[in-house]
Amino acid sequence: MIYSFVGYYSLIIGLIIGLSLFYFSYKNFNNSNILDTKILSFTFLQLFFVVISFICLIFSFVVSDFSNETVFNNSHTTKPLFYKISGTWGNHEGSLLLWLLVLTLFIFLFLVSTKNQSVKYKILTLVFQQIIIIGFFLFLILTSNPFNYIFPIPTEGLGLNPILQDPALAIHPPILYLGYVGSSIIFSSVLAATSLKIISISWASHIKKWVLISWIFLTLGILLGSIWAYYELGWGGFWFWDPVENVSLMPWLALTTLLHCILVLEKKSTLTSWVIILSIATFTLSMCGTFLVRSGILNSVHTFANDPERGLFILVFLFILIFLSILIFFIFHRDNDNKSYNFFWLSKETSILINNWFMMYFLSVVLIGTVYPIFLDVISSQKISVGPPFYHKLMIPFLIPFLLMMAIGPKLRWIKSQLEDKIYLISFLVISILLAFLVLKNFNQNFLINTILISSALYLFFITLRDFFVKKYKNISQNIAHFGFSLLILSILFNNLFASEIITNLKVGETFENSKTKIVFESVVQKKEKNYKAIVANFTISNSNGEEDRLSPELRIYNQPVIATSEAYIKTTLMSDKFIVINLVQNQDFFNVRYQVKPFMLWIWLSVILISIGGIVSFLHRR
Amino acid sequence: MKFIKFILFFIILFPLSSVYAEDNDKRNKITKNLRCLICQGQSVYDSDSEFANSLKILVDKKLEEGLSEDQIYKYFKTKYGEWILYDPGLNKNTYILWLLPILIFLIGGAIIYKNFIVKK
Amino acid sequence: MLPFSVFIIFVIIFFIFYKALEDSKLYTPDVNIKKEMPVFNTKEFFSGENVKSSNIFKLDKIYLLNIWSSWCVPCRQEHPFLMNLNLDNKVNIIGLNYKDNFKNAKNFLKELGNPYKEIFIDLDGTIAIEWGAYGVPESFLVYNNEIIKKYIGPLNQELVDEIKLLIK
Repeated sequence: MIYSFVGYYSLIIGLIIGLSLFYFSYKNFNNSNILDTKILSFTFLQLFFVVISFICLIFSFVVSDFSNETVFNNSHTTKPLFYKISGTWGNHEGSLLLWLLVLTLFIFLFLVSTKNQSVKYKILTLVFQQIIIIGFFLFLILTSNPFNYIFPIPTEGLGLNPILQDPALAIHPPILYLGYVGSSIIFSSVLAATSLKIISISWASHIKKWVLISWIFLTLGILLGSIWAYYELGWGGFWFWDPVENVSLMPWLALTTLLHCILVLEKKSTLTSWVIILSIATFTLSMCGTFLVRSGILNSVHTFANDPERGLFILVFLFILIFLSILIFFIFHRDNDNKSYNFFWLSKETSILINNWFMMYFLSVVLIGTVYPIFLDVISSQKISVGPPFYHKLMIPFLIPFLLMMAIGPKLRWIKSQLEDKIYLISFLVISILLAFLVLKNFNQNFLINTILISSALYLFFITLRDFFVKKYKNISQNIAHFGFSLLILSILFNNLFASEIITNLKVGETFENSKTKIVFESVVQKKEKNYKAIVANFTISNSNGEEDRLSPELRIYNQPVIATSEAYIKTTLMSDKFIVINLVQNQDFFNVRYQVKPFMLWIWLSVILISIGGIVSFLHRR
Repeated sequence: MKFIKFILFFIILFPLSSVYAEDNDKRNKITKNLRCLICQGQSVYDSDSEFANSLKILVDKKLEEGLSEDQIYKYFKTKYGEWILYDPGLNKNTYILWLLPILIFLIGGAIIYKNFIVKK
Repeated sequence: MLPFSVFIIFVIIFFIFYKALEDSKLYTPDVNIKKEMPVFNTKEFFSGENVKSSNIFKLDKIYLLNIWSSWCVPCRQEHPFLMNLNLDNKVNIIGLNYKDNFKNAKNFLKELGNPYKEIFIDLDGTIAIEWGAYGVPESFLVYNNEIIKKYIGPLNQELVDEIKLLIK
């Protein structure tokens, strides 16, 4: 009870502080050259109250205070403590409170850490960020209050959806939001800088670290979501082109583009309009994603219980922000760096432009693929699905030149350059093609496209690998990230091409055997945990190499809410994952068994980690 | 030279002894392109619901009957509408879907070429 | 000019999203489209004899094909309405026993009564798919080998009245 009370009024106080900050900002903006200490302390206070509110919600979950509606809907006394806590952000209200926490945290860090910029710029950034913050305060308090009372107080909660009771998913939202919501600071500061016309080389290097922070967290957040989907949701898949995955991928693509584009701004003080548009687009896409997910427009695995009122609020708020940015962009921004648009064919600038060009294409594919069904439905009430084949068909052919450019681009110098080491570059290309051919020579489906794709990925792989040994190229962060990307593409390709699968029906004691694999269904054991009961099936699987594995997938019945799930058993090794999952078949005494060998699975995760390490190195390097 | 050795090492490593290519089932390909209508955003291949399981069996039957991939898609389209297909074909409803990204790509290229690059 | 057109584009996008919010979000299948009834072969429920669909569904008669199963909870709720509908004797109710086991299904009928003129077995659920069903329970109104209307989910009094009206 007390937690809900404190939490709710902390929110109200936070909102009032936000409003008062407008007043202080207004006073400070014209009068002084130093940042008013009141502004800093009030920003801190706002953060403080949001933290208090958040802690109150966590406590409500920990002590299972069912007088709180959010707790009642999403928790249960038998949940392990860890999932009681993670349940805090596993629902609509709590996750929005987390949004708010990240928003206030970032503006505070921004004010504290920004040293070499003008006071006016800082104040204006604060004002724009406060507009967003107040929007979310209102959203939270008016439509999604996490501290609603229920009376009479229920004795037991409804429980947390079992598929959310998972360690990867428990930390997925906070990490993802740091990236997702972190981009708000880029949005606010680009609007401030545009209004003050101070977009310059020094601004570029100042904002770059914020871009990097968002980018690193967003990369890791997407990774965690994908890992979770791999063993919890899908039957061996890790990326489904589900609308909600797309929605997190879009800001990532925009951020990655921005990251490259800012390099040009930092070095050559051009492409300013483009940097502004991208910065605005990044946060707008994050918001748009929130709208699509929370409003329930999309048919997706992630859809929270939805409420049209909420959707309307975010929609209106989203478009207020969009129109505000359009207004600021067209009123204040004068593009006067036309004369410096002199890029030579072989130059770093051109290669980054080409990168931007392709990235924008990928972004448009994802964006159009995600929202087109909605548009079509509204305009002609035709229902269509846009799934993986669409994205694959439109993206894969463009990936090939993209990969080649990623290999060669970083070798070019600014302004004008010559390709050096031509012999190396060409011989690597030949080696890559030969190697791809060797790997795929027994493969008959889509031979040509796969060979070319693998060749280009291998090419990037070898070139970036070699650059680690060549001292001349000292941009280590770029090299790590590009190397990671080549590894990612290669792992995904090999994973897809060489995966094998057996689907069969087995009773206890039965054996399945084909030329390569023998599956023995040894036994079934019952298991009882605090929050679920389970049937554990024990399998022994041996392959033609004489390797033998014991795998034990489970069927779980969670007690609150009563939902049956099947838990895959995954045996991960360096070279491949063995993945087995069982399912009950209605009214039959056998189990449906699905066994997959997925090569290079681990490498997909590792390469994404490598990509984000590239970002981390770059971030640390700048300090 | 050191690096060439490094590459040789890779070539030796690469024959992928542990990895083998199974004849990719036609059924998998088809069921991956069908939406499990009673699930949330899953393909028939990825789902283990009653609906999806029956659908898989039916795809097998249709393949045995000798229907081609396209015929099977058409069959399900008449039963359940366009919604069941994950791969929307190019038709009057989807021209914009397929062509707009390509158009954006071409326009982007034109802008870059016209505005930024110095022609010799 | 450029600012204006950008503005207009976003206004249009706003209204499309707004409209999408108002529309029903869940996929609602077309239930009124007339479709050819599928042709299938299966087994009779009690005797286990092979039957062809063409021998059961005669022209000029109205049939209600009902997909049911003993393990399906909503089917239990629906059953009294089927019994009620059967009293009129104007429509022939055909049962399609979906992924069931014989013993359970028989007990189900013993307990709740048998409204079906004939029952067929769909062991692997493929016949239901041929009919374009999503799950159990589901009912199809058939006339002249055409599906006139389909009902997804359990029938209730309202729908039974509607069916009676349609039959007339």
